[in-house]
Amino acid sequence: MLLSVIGNYSLILGLIMGLIIFYFSAKNFKNPKLLDAKILSFTFLQFFLVVISFLCLILSFVVSDFSNETVFNNSHTTKPIFYKIAGTWGNHEGSLLLWLLVLTLFILIFLVRTKNQPIKYRILTLVFQQIIIIGFFIFLIKTSNPFNFIYPIPTEGLGLNPILQDPALAIHPPILYLGYVGSSIIFSSVLAATVLNIVSLKWASHIKKWVLSSWIFLTLGILLGSIWAYYELGWGGFWFWDPVENVSLMPWLALTTLLHCILVLEKKLILTSWVIILSISTFALSMSGTFLVRSGILNSVHTFANDPERGLFILIFLFSLIFLSLFIFFYFHNSSKNNANNFFWLSKETAIIVNNWFMMYFLSVVLIGTIYPIFLDVLSSQKISVGPPFYHKLIIPFLIPFLLIMAIGPKLKWIKSNIENKIYLILPLIISIMLSILIVKNFSFKFLINTILISSALYLFYITLRDFFSKGFKNLAQNIAHFGFSLLILSILFNNLFSTEIITNLKVGETFENTKAKIVFEGVSQKEEKNYKSIVAKFLIEDSKGKLENLSPELRIYNQPNIATSEADIKTTLLSDKFIVINIVQNQEFFNVRYQVKPFMLWIWISVILISFGGLVSFIKKEYEK
Amino acid sequence: MYGRKVKLRFLFVVLILATLILTVFLVLKSLEENVVYFQSPSEIKALSELDKKKIRVGGMVKKNSILVEANEVKFKITDFKNEISVVYNGAIPNLFEEEKGVVVEGFLKDRNLFLATKILAKHDENYMPPEVKEALGD
Repeated sequence: MLLSVIGNYSLILGLIMGLIIFYFSAKNFKNPKLLDAKILSFTFLQFFLVVISFLCLILSFVVSDFSNETVFNNSHTTKPIFYKIAGTWGNHEGSLLLWLLVLTLFILIFLVRTKNQPIKYRILTLVFQQIIIIGFFIFLIKTSNPFNFIYPIPTEGLGLNPILQDPALAIHPPILYLGYVGSSIIFSSVLAATVLNIVSLKWASHIKKWVLSSWIFLTLGILLGSIWAYYELGWGGFWFWDPVENVSLMPWLALTTLLHCILVLEKKLILTSWVIILSISTFALSMSGTFLVRSGILNSVHTFANDPERGLFILIFLFSLIFLSLFIFFYFHNSSKNNANNFFWLSKETAIIVNNWFMMYFLSVVLIGTIYPIFLDVLSSQKISVGPPFYHKLIIPFLIPFLLIMAIGPKLKWIKSNIENKIYLILPLIISIMLSILIVKNFSFKFLINTILISSALYLFYITLRDFFSKGFKNLAQNIAHFGFSLLILSILFNNLFSTEIITNLKVGETFENTKAKIVFEGVSQKEEKNYKSIVAKFLIEDSKGKLENLSPELRIYNQPNIATSEADIKTTLLSDKFIVINIVQNQEFFNVRYQVKPFMLWIWISVILISFGGLVSFIKKEYEK
Repeated sequence: MYGRKVKLRFLFVVLILATLILTVFLVLKSLEENVVYFQSPSEIKALSELDKKKIRVGGMVKKNSILVEANEVKFKITDFKNEISVVYNGAIPNLFEEEKGVVVEGFLKDRNLFLATKILAKHDENYMPPEVKEALGD
């Protein structure tokens, strides 16, 4: 009760702080000799107030204060303490408060860490960031206040959806939001730089760290979500082209493109318009991601919440921000000082630009696939869905040139280049092609496309691998990230090609057998935990080579809310995963059994970690340059 | 005739336009082929001819209609006006239950029989797919 009051007033005070900062910034902007110390203290105070508010919400969850509506809707006394805390951001209100927390934290870090930047630029960035922050404050207080009271006070909460009670998903939102919200700083900063006309090499070098850090977090956030979907949803896949996944992939694509443009801009004053547009789109996509997930507009198998009023608010807010930024772009941006004339076809920047085009193409495919059903529904009230074949068909063929350019591009020099050591570039290509023919040979279906795909991925793999030895620590970050990407594509391809699956319905004691495996359903036992009961099944699986494996998937029935979830049992080895999941239908005696062998699963995760590690290396290098 | 710079610019514009047109063409073509339409049991009854394309059907799982056998699951989907039998072999999501909303994807055998290739999972016991809500209607 008390906690909610404190939390609520902290929020309102935080909003007022935003307005005060606005006032002082305007005053300071007219007379910009020194950054007004008051601005810094008020920004700190604002952050501090949001922290208090956030802590109040966490505490309300920990002590199960059911007078708070958010706690009542999403918690339960029997829930383990870890999930009580994680439940704070496992819902709409709490996750928005987390957004706000990160927003205020980042602007504080920005102010503290940019002492050697022009004062006008710092103030303007702060102002743009405050517009976003104030918008979120109003949104939070007006439409989704996490501190609403319920009276009479309920004695027990409704509980958190059990599939969200999972360690990976507990840290997935904060990590993802660090990525999303990091793009807000890039957005504010690019607008400020455009107004002051300082989008330059120096600016690029300074903003690069922000781009890198949000990119790292976004990459890891997506990875966590994907790992969770793999073992928790029981489908045995890691990416379903589901709208909720797509909305996190889109800012990632935009951010990756932006990162590469910044690399160019660091060296040479071209692509300034591109950088501005990409920064704006990245943030717009991050925000619309939140909007699409939270408004319930998306017809998604993941949809958790649904409230049109909230959707409308974010939509209006988003459009005003986009309108503001477009106005600033067209009014202030002058691209005449670009030195685009000394530009040659065969150069590193050409390679980067071409691949940027590809990434923009991938982005538009995902965007259209995600929003086309919404538009069709609004326009003709026809219900459709766009499935994986759409994305596969449009994206996979273009991965081939994309991978090849990724391999060759870093070999080129800036501005003008000749291909040196041709033999070292061509030889690996021939080896890759031969090797992939060997691999794909036994699979007659889609022979050509698979061979070419694997060849190009293998090619990138070789080239980047060789660079580790031949180039030493030069361009290490790029090398690691590109190597990781080749590994990712290879693992996904092999995973798709060589996965096998058996789906059958079995009674206890029955055996299923085909050429690939023999599945013996040995028995079931029961287990009782604090907040769920579970049925543990015991399977003995014999693969075609006669290797035996015991697997025990679980079926949990949670008390509150009363939901059954399947817990897959996964045996992970370096080369492949054995995945089994069971389900029971309407208390009939058959169990629905799904058994999969998924090669290179582990490598998919490792390669994504490698990719983000490449970003980290670049970040650390940047830090040491100073 | 023209300077190198102008030629370069021109080539660039042509390239961008070509890419754009190609993108739009590819995307539209692929959309047309890969879109999956949603239909309710009543809409299927009213179909004048059967479509060979993949579709989605949604509604309520009829009470006492689920029958599990060794290699398949049979059940009926109803929108309280009409119903359709579904035959499915594949993995069954956790929240698949009688008298709960469901969406299945697959092919129509005839107006009364649907061969499902996928039952779509939901993550929330209270969540009702919007199509189902609409199909069940008033």
